Amino acid sequence: MPSENLAITWRRMPERYRLVGTECQNCKTAYFPARKLCPKCRRKGRIVPRQFSGRGKIYSYTEVFAGPSGFELEVPYLLAIVELEEGPRLTAQIVGVSEKDVKIGDEVEMVFRRIQEDSAEGLIHYGYKFRMRRRG
Amino acid sequence: MAVAVGIAGYGACVPKYRIKAAEIARVWGEDGARIEKGLGVFEKSVPDIDEDAATLAVEAARNAIELGRISPQAIGALYVGSESHPYAVKPTATIVAEAIGAGPALTAADLEFACKAGTAGIQICMGLVGCGMVRYGMAIGSDTSQGKPGDALEYTASAGAAAFIIGREKEEFVAEIEDTFSFTTDTPDFWRRQHAEFPSHGGRFTGAPAYFRHVIGATQGLFEKMGTRASDYDYFVFHQPNGKFPLEAAKKMGIDPEKVKPGLFTPLIGNTYSAASPIGLCGVLDIAKPGQRILLTSFGSGAGSDSFSIRVSEGIVEKRGGYKGWRLSDYIAHKEYLDYALYAKHRRKLKSL
Amino acid sequence: MRRVAIVGVGMTKFGEEWTRGYRDMLIEAGSRALADCNLHGEEIDALYVGTMAPGSLVGQEHVGALVADFMGLTPIPATRVEAACASGGVALRTGYLAVASGAHDCVVVGGVEKMTDTPGEEVASALGGAGDQEWELFMGATFPAIYALMARRHMFEYGTTEEQMASVAVKNHANAAKNRYAHFQNEITLETVMNSKYIASPLKLFDCSPITDGAAAVVLMPLEKAKRYTSQPIEIVASAQASDALALHSRHCESELHSTKVAAKKAFEQAGISPSDVDVAEVHDCFTIAEIMAIEDIGFFKKGEGGKASQEGRTALGGEIAINTSGGLKGCGHPVGATGVKQAVEVVWQLRGQAEGRQVEGAEIGLTHNVGGSGATAVVHIMKKA
Repeated sequence: MPSENLAITWRRMPERYRLVGTECQNCKTAYFPARKLCPKCRRKGRIVPRQFSGRGKIYSYTEVFAGPSGFELEVPYLLAIVELEEGPRLTAQIVGVSEKDVKIGDEVEMVFRRIQEDSAEGLIHYGYKFRMRRRG
Repeated sequence: MAVAVGIAGYGACVPKYRIKAAEIARVWGEDGARIEKGLGVFEKSVPDIDEDAATLAVEAARNAIELGRISPQAIGALYVGSESHPYAVKPTATIVAEAIGAGPALTAADLEFACKAGTAGIQICMGLVGCGMVRYGMAIGSDTSQGKPGDALEYTASAGAAAFIIGREKEEFVAEIEDTFSFTTDTPDFWRRQHAEFPSHGGRFTGAPAYFRHVIGATQGLFEKMGTRASDYDYFVFHQPNGKFPLEAAKKMGIDPEKVKPGLFTPLIGNTYSAASPIGLCGVLDIAKPGQRILLTSFGSGAGSDSFSIRVSEGIVEKRGGYKGWRLSDYIAHKEYLDYALYAKHRRKLKSL
Repeated sequence: MRRVAIVGVGMTKFGEEWTRGYRDMLIEAGSRALADCNLHGEEIDALYVGTMAPGSLVGQEHVGALVADFMGLTPIPATRVEAACASGGVALRTGYLAVASGAHDCVVVGGVEKMTDTPGEEVASALGGAGDQEWELFMGATFPAIYALMARRHMFEYGTTEEQMASVAVKNHANAAKNRYAHFQNEITLETVMNSKYIASPLKLFDCSPITDGAAAVVLMPLEKAKRYTSQPIEIVASAQASDALALHSRHCESELHSTKVAAKKAFEQAGISPSDVDVAEVHDCFTIAEIMAIEDIGFFKKGEGGKASQEGRTALGGEIAINTSGGLKGCGHPVGATGVKQAVEVVWQLRGQAEGRQVEGAEIGLTHNVGGSGATAVVHIMKKA
């Protein structure tokens, strides 16, 4: 573990690489990660793909000192629940900062990073992380 | 050229972390001030642990798309030039394409020509766009280059990326590429064998027979081809393996060094290899006025140089003005220093992990 | 539905049990439960085993039949029940429903996990499967990290402090020290917790439950038959379970477990009592913040006051309501699948007056609360002296 079967990674690329989720056209609820069935409307739901902007706010955060295997070089790293501006929340790392630099409500934006690699000879898994939304 | 082609969007990316040349010098018992003076490099960018040539390329590509306001689906060709592709076999270009939402109607490949693989991609895109084979082509130079610990290259080998969208609709140009000329020979000044972790180089041989011969050869070849001369250009961007070579090349060609300095970023971010002269071009495009002319000459060890004559278009004002993303100056200002120990961790020089 | 009673209980010593394996432990707990109500085995007509990850941890699946085999209970139906860390509690509920429905007359419910045979990082990965593998664990979330995200929210919304969380660990270690079955037999100080290193801020090492081996078992019967086997049957007067989004980020609120609130509300309705009627409760404290949220979400304390109540000793032995007299997951240990059944064993001992040095005097009504993952499953039972 946590290395992942390559078919799983491949199926998840639109979501992980560029934040393509879904939306229910019946109730207008946005879903990320993508849901193929709207839990609110169930059979009445009409699910279509939706591109998310990649902007959001930190909803909660933690600095992880004991990471799972595959994250040995990354510790300590900041992990957060990010609330996207379209509504849904997701779990992702915040890069380039440590705990003292962030607070709940801070604005963040999506970046594209390596998430983990299977081994020196294995697949490299890429996907979204977030950084503080500021210049300079 | 037969059909006008130009840059419809551009973007750069430089990692946040820096290490000072003096900090590297400290570890090897060298005189930091002497190194800074000798190389003209004060600090260099260091990628984060989770950054590589693919992630930097993606960020630069996204910036180029945002500035250029081009639909990724309209991009028909994508080339990523790098000497640090994350995979030996498996394209970086497909990772970038998927991440920006380009394709699957797309031709793509990775390029390698030491530090000039990015400009080689620009030339390929010019050909494909110019002949009508694709509507837009994207060329990216991206590297997370490595210098052997203790080697002179360790003071400069850094990380960054620059991306250009090449198109043929004049009203979409931020700059028109008037012409290009290349100068290529077999000159073994720098190489990295398959499976070798760090590159090897020919020391002082990298100077006169390699860098200067090719940069000057390509630049003067372009002058001759177009019938232009140094005074026709407002800016010169040369490959910048250190802070001194570009200025020396300018001196040898009688070019005012003040025309070189606006596109010279190596003193602040190090040598970003395939991204080095492309990042220089991004920096100049960020400040140039419509009508101004830029001469860009890359250099790739092995060896070759590509020269481009570029004229800034009216369209740059609106695209640049409406751009809300990160500019090169933001990336350069947004930095955090690492000591050598953290640098070693970032560059995965810790053997047991 | 028939009324159901627990007639026999038993458990192994929880801890790092190097000399015993997966099957040994459940057999030991089961034999003790049978001996507790003087059963020989022929009376038993179904077996449910709560266990989370024997496939990942010891390479063994199909453990229902395995346990029936090694306990000499074949050919009765033997079923494995899995709901992550709530496997034990959900197995208990499954056994309860089997007896209540009339399908079975005498059911053994076991819970077991053998965790120390496996390297720590593999245990962490196996437990990680209780969360959303593709969207939490893949991104670098660990279980301490997921609970840390809840703790941070709780601190933000209610002003809960790290000291308040630490006080839960101190209290549960104090209780565990009075329980000879507990993993930890030592008391700790607030300073020990506060000075321990961060695992996932704000959670420190001593805010986390340990990796433990152990098993527990109970025997269930219809209430009308129970008196034949024990002088002190304990009736299960409520059994309720609820589910929620698997991933924490998909929940409506992250400073409470909605599944706990729903299951507890249903359980109190079934039992016809209110939270203030409960004398003793075993709640799911995989991390200290989890106990604080549990005592609020069950309704023992107002939302946001769990930390303060813990710090003030209101949940200690002799306090308003004794929480986790066994030592909880924190002090007694957390062999994942065993935990929910062990909670029932402890409450039965309390209601029978057999809880030795940690007895809650005159305990009449007890409650167990078992959580799977970060709250995607919650199961609550209420028990009463019959």
